[in-house]
Amino acid sequence: MSRFGFRLEPRSYLPKWLPWAVPVGSFLAALLVGAIVLFATGQNALSVYGRILDRAFLSEGAFTGTLISATPLLFTGLCAAVAFRIGFFNIGGEGQFVMGAIFGSGIALKLGVDAPGIVSVAAMVVFGAVGGGLWGLIPGILKARFRTNEIITSLMLNYVAAVIATYLIFDSNSFWRELTGSGAVFPKGKILPTGSWWPNLDFGSIVVPFGFVLGMVIAAWLYVLQRKTRFGFEMRVVGGAPTTARYAGMKPARIVVAVAALSGALAGIGGAADIGNFRHVLDPKGLQQSGFGYAGIVVAALARLNPVAVVFVAVLLGGITNAGYALRGPDFPSGLVGVLQGLILFCTLGGEVLARYRITRSVRTPMNASALESA
Amino acid sequence: MSINDNLFVIIMASAIFYGTPLVFASLGELLAERSGVLNLGVEGMMLLGAVAAAWVSTNVDGPAIVVLPLAIVAAMIAAGLGASIHAFLTITLRVNQIISGLALTIFAGAAGLSSYLAGIWQLGQTPVKQQFGKIDVLGLSGVPVVGPILFHQTLLTYLSWVLVIAASFYLFRTRAGLHLRAVGESPQTADSVGISVSRYRYFHVIFGGSFAGIAGACFSLMIVPTWVDGMTAGQGWIALALVIFGFWRPDLTLLGAYLFGALSSLGLTLQARGIHISTALLSALPYVMTIVVLVIVSNTASRKQLGAPAALGKPYEREER
Repeated sequence: MSRFGFRLEPRSYLPKWLPWAVPVGSFLAALLVGAIVLFATGQNALSVYGRILDRAFLSEGAFTGTLISATPLLFTGLCAAVAFRIGFFNIGGEGQFVMGAIFGSGIALKLGVDAPGIVSVAAMVVFGAVGGGLWGLIPGILKARFRTNEIITSLMLNYVAAVIATYLIFDSNSFWRELTGSGAVFPKGKILPTGSWWPNLDFGSIVVPFGFVLGMVIAAWLYVLQRKTRFGFEMRVVGGAPTTARYAGMKPARIVVAVAALSGALAGIGGAADIGNFRHVLDPKGLQQSGFGYAGIVVAALARLNPVAVVFVAVLLGGITNAGYALRGPDFPSGLVGVLQGLILFCTLGGEVLARYRITRSVRTPMNASALESA
Repeated sequence: MSINDNLFVIIMASAIFYGTPLVFASLGELLAERSGVLNLGVEGMMLLGAVAAAWVSTNVDGPAIVVLPLAIVAAMIAAGLGASIHAFLTITLRVNQIISGLALTIFAGAAGLSSYLAGIWQLGQTPVKQQFGKIDVLGLSGVPVVGPILFHQTLLTYLSWVLVIAASFYLFRTRAGLHLRAVGESPQTADSVGISVSRYRYFHVIFGGSFAGIAGACFSLMIVPTWVDGMTAGQGWIALALVIFGFWRPDLTLLGAYLFGALSSLGLTLQARGIHISTALLSALPYVMTIVVLVIVSNTASRKQLGAPAALGKPYEREER
C-alpha cells in the first residue's frame, strides 16, 4: 500500500496497440509540457513548434539537414542501445565519438589528395571504428577484469577524449593542425582533402548523406545479430540473467568486453561520419558543443534499445536538433532543444511504466477490496 | 617574498577554493546514494542552482546579507525541484535510475533548461551584483601557511565544512541516520520494522539534490562569478566519482574534493608562475586519476565491501516481499 494513495499493479496482458501508443502518447505529452514551459516564460508555443516543424521537415532542403543531424545521433544511439542491452551502461559514446573523429580525420589526412575517394572513405570508416572501439574497450576491460563501475569510467574518458582533441588542435603542433595561412594565427584543424568527403546520395527532392545510409545498414545488421545469431542470444542472456549465463557455460566477462568494443566502434564510425559528411575538419569545440554522445542515450532509451527503432528516433530528434541550429538567434530560445529532449525522455520513461502497470487506488484493507469488487 | 607566496600554500588555498562546489555536490549525492538512489543528474541540478542563484543576485536589490542567503535558498529550491522529478520517476514509478538521472542532466543541463532560463532572463552579460568574496576569519589570514589556506576562504567554504560535520554526525550518530543507512542497505528489513522506504528516499534525493544547487551557486556567485552556459564544466560528474572513492563517507569525500580542486587549479597556478606546461593535458589529470583510483577502490571494495549501499540503484518493490 502506497502512501501516495495509489499503487502500481502489473498488467496481466498487454493490448496490441500499447507498444505504439506509449511512444506517441509520451511524445505528445512532452510537447504539451514543453508548451506550458514556453507559455510560462512568455513564448508563443504554437509559433515555436511551427517553426521547428518547418525547419526540421517541411521547408526546402530541411529534411536533408535533418538527416545530417540525425546521422551522428543514429550511431551514438546504436552505441548506447547495444551496450545497454547487456546491462553495460556505456555513457562514453561522447568520447568514443570524438576518438572516432580523431582517427577518421587522421587517416584521411594521411592518405592525402592522391588516394581514390572510395579508399579514403572506407579507411575513415575502419579507422573511426578502431578509434572508438579502443576507447570503448577501456571501460569494458576494467569492468570485466576489476568490476570497475563502467558509468564513471566511460564518463571520465569522455573528458579525456575532449582534452586530447583540444590538445591536438589548440595546444600542440600536431599532424591534425593547420599551421599555414590563417591557421598560423588562429588554431584550427586541417581541412580534409575533398576526395575523402563522404558522398551524398541524391534521391531527387531529398539528398541522403552516405553516413546515414551506412548507419541504416549497420542498424539492420545489428538487428539480425541480436535476433538470429548465437552471439546475440548470449548477449540477451547476459543482459537478462547473468547468473544463468554463467551456469550455461557462457563467459559474461568476454561478452562484456566484446560488446564494449562494438559499442565504442559504432560511436567511432559516427565520429568519422560526422567529419566525412559534414565538418570536414577536426573541430574540438564543435564536437564538444553538440553533445551527440549523451543525446545518443536519449535516442536509445526512446527506441527501447531496438536498433531499427533507433533509426526513426534519430531522425525525429535530429529534426529537433537541426531546427535548433537553423533557428538559433535572438528570437529563438536557446536551450529549448535540451528541454524538449529531456521532457520526451521523462514522459517516455513515465509512460512505459503506465503501460506495463495499471494504476489502482490503494485500498486500505483487504475487506474493503472485496467490498469494492462485490459492489 | 613572504612564506605565504609559497607555491604549496597557493595550491592548497586554491584547492579548497575550487574544491568547495565539489564538496557540496558530492555530499548531496552521498545522501541520495545512502538511501539507495543513484542520481546522475548532479550536473543538471548544479546548473539549475547556478542559474537561480545568478538570477537572484542580479535582480534582487538589498544588502548582501539578505540577497546572498536568498540566492542560496533559490539555488537549493531550483535543484531540489529537479531532483524531485528524478525522485518521482525512480521511487514511485521505479524507472531505471541511470536513464532517469541522465534525462535530468539533459533536461536541465548545458543545452537545456538552465541555458533556456538564462537566455530568457538575459543573464551572463554582466557579473552578478552580489558575490561571495574571501573573508579574513578572526584576522588570521596572515598567519604563516595555515592563514591563507584555512582562514582566507569564502563563507560558502565554511558552510560546506559545517555541512560535512553535520552530515557525518547525522549518518553515524543519529537514529534517522541509522534508518537511512538501513534503507540503503536493505529496504526490506527497514520496511519490516516500520521505516518508510519511499519517504526516506524522497527526502534524501530531494535534499541531497538541493546541495547540488549550492554547488552550482558556488560557480555563479563565487568562482566565475557570472552566468556562463554549461559553466559547471563536468564537475557534477566528478562529484559522482568522489562519492565512490570517499567510500560513501562525508569526511573522505571532502578530502577527495580538495585533491581534485588542487589538480584542476594546478595548471593555472603553474602558468601564473611562468612554468610552461600544456594546460589541456594537465586538465585531463583529474579525470584520469578518477579512473585509476576507481579501479583500485573497486578492486578492494568488491572484496571488503567498503561502504557501498547494498541496495544502491535498485528500485524497492514492496509487493515482491
